[in-house]
Amino acid sequence: MTDPLLQVENLGKRFGGFVALDGINLDVANGERLGLIGPNGSGKSTLVNCLCGTLHNETGAVRFNGTPVNGLLAHQRTHLGMARSFQLPRPFHTLTVAENLRVPLLYTVNARPDTSLSESEIEDRCHEFLRLVSLEHKARKMPRDLTQVEMRKLELARAMAADPKLLIADESMAGLSQSEVKDIVALLIRLNERGITIILIEHIMSAVMSFSQRLVVLVSGKKIADGNPDDVIRDPEVERAYLG
Amino acid sequence: MRNWQFFLAALAVSGLAYLGTRLIGNDYVYFAGYVVLQFVVLATAWNILGGYCGYVNFGSAAFFAIGAYSTVALHKFPQLSARYLPETLNSVVEFIFPLSIPVMIVIGGAIAGLVGLGTGYLTLRLRGVFFAIATLALAVVLQTLIVNWDYVGGSRGAYIIRPNTTPYFDINYIEYLFIIMLLLAVIAITVARSIERSQLGYGFATIRDDELAAEATGVPTLRLKLIATTLSGAFMGMAGAPFPFYIGYLEPSSAFGLAYAVNAIAMPMIGGTTSWVGPLLGAILLGTLQQVASVTISSAVSLLIVGLLLVFFVIIAPNGIIGLWQDYFPRKEAPARENSKAEAT
Repeated sequence: MTDPLLQVENLGKRFGGFVALDGINLDVANGERLGLIGPNGSGKSTLVNCLCGTLHNETGAVRFNGTPVNGLLAHQRTHLGMARSFQLPRPFHTLTVAENLRVPLLYTVNARPDTSLSESEIEDRCHEFLRLVSLEHKARKMPRDLTQVEMRKLELARAMAADPKLLIADESMAGLSQSEVKDIVALLIRLNERGITIILIEHIMSAVMSFSQRLVVLVSGKKIADGNPDDVIRDPEVERAYLG
Repeated sequence: MRNWQFFLAALAVSGLAYLGTRLIGNDYVYFAGYVVLQFVVLATAWNILGGYCGYVNFGSAAFFAIGAYSTVALHKFPQLSARYLPETLNSVVEFIFPLSIPVMIVIGGAIAGLVGLGTGYLTLRLRGVFFAIATLALAVVLQTLIVNWDYVGGSRGAYIIRPNTTPYFDINYIEYLFIIMLLLAVIAITVARSIERSQLGYGFATIRDDELAAEATGVPTLRLKLIATTLSGAFMGMAGAPFPFYIGYLEPSSAFGLAYAVNAIAMPMIGGTTSWVGPLLGAILLGTLQQVASVTISSAVSLLIVGLLLVFFVIIAPNGIIGLWQDYFPRKEAPARENSKAEAT
């Protein structure tokens, strides 16, 4: 059996006296589509931040593609192949839409020892990713000219431009209409079909259920369920956590 | 335009400007022009960190003073060596010294750059107003050190007798200083422009826009911030290095003057911080206005002008002259790539 792409062992994080993550264990296989759910304050975003290096976990270990990443800075983890999108879109607002995609190509893809993209290759890739998220016509627009759903797509495209092995999409569909949600789910599935492992953190259950091959539930910083989505949502403990 | 082409074009423009000053045939032009050019370098240097990266530096005067005092220290070094060093070493020092102004600019820039690197390292985790306060504290600490350093004159200051002519060309020394500052301004502007259009420029812009997102896209923000503080500090130090020869008498209150800190911020803010053109425009506009006000009204009014213009621009045009220009004359969108390809075929 091959090693999982992401291995999380006994991960713990506190904020003062508040335990945000309590001994999380999680393996994510290569090419998997994992849904991560939980009520507000359950530790989902803290887990993402610890995985991506934005926060540093106090206990436990994270291995990515066989490499221990504890202590590595966020950009070093991105270089290894971990990319994320943010809960609230954080575009570089003084750069155009296409330039937003240039950044990961210049700083992540070109930083890898085996890759050296020329100027025209960088431009081609920018347009390829913009085409993938149907934003090619907005390439020269500023992020302030985008709609909410376009902003979310830009966020995903920028994460994708880093040529990741693992993409963590943190509430990419919050505030979107039903058709926009379907649009983003279809996009995430297309990205997964390109061989990218995706962890989707989401509150919109219809999106999570249509996307996920496996579902993990966090409550109060602890993992309470992990398995087939249909089984997990019928788990009494999960029902109790959501419905009280 | 490629960077070397831009450099040559800037050299040609500065050559024409120099010829223009020669036609006027009055040394005051060099005195006034030197100050304006010094502010061009200072404002461009400030903008590398403050404009491109969004880290506001209130300690510009400290870096400027480092350059100026490094020149004083180097200028006085032969006296120190004659007194304390053995004969053989002293003969080596006598062979090397006195150093030429360009060499002192390089040394002053290197020392100020190292202090910039140290400042960047110590303030890596500070952002926004906290970073600004830290740079202000640096200026206060350095001024205290200089005031108590007897070798460079301490609080009583140091005299540097400006030669009448330069050994290299048969021109007035102030004209020589003007030419040097003109070249330094060309170099600073070329470096700023090349940063803007490079990978480094994209990295700096992401730090200015969103540091967390920058890290997540693979930008090594800490390393880039160190590069910015070093480069910015080095150019500020270079701007200050010839200053003792210009002013003739250097004291802490003039080297660490409020005018340098205020102008270094005000000029890019008034010109526009996102492009190399902004600090250049701001420095020429404000620098010239201040010179005119100093001669026609009083030198105290010149700082008032800076304050009033800054207030005006912050309210009316927060993105400076460049921002105003872009608002009134928005850049035409380039045609879609597919179309241009189709046209090509």
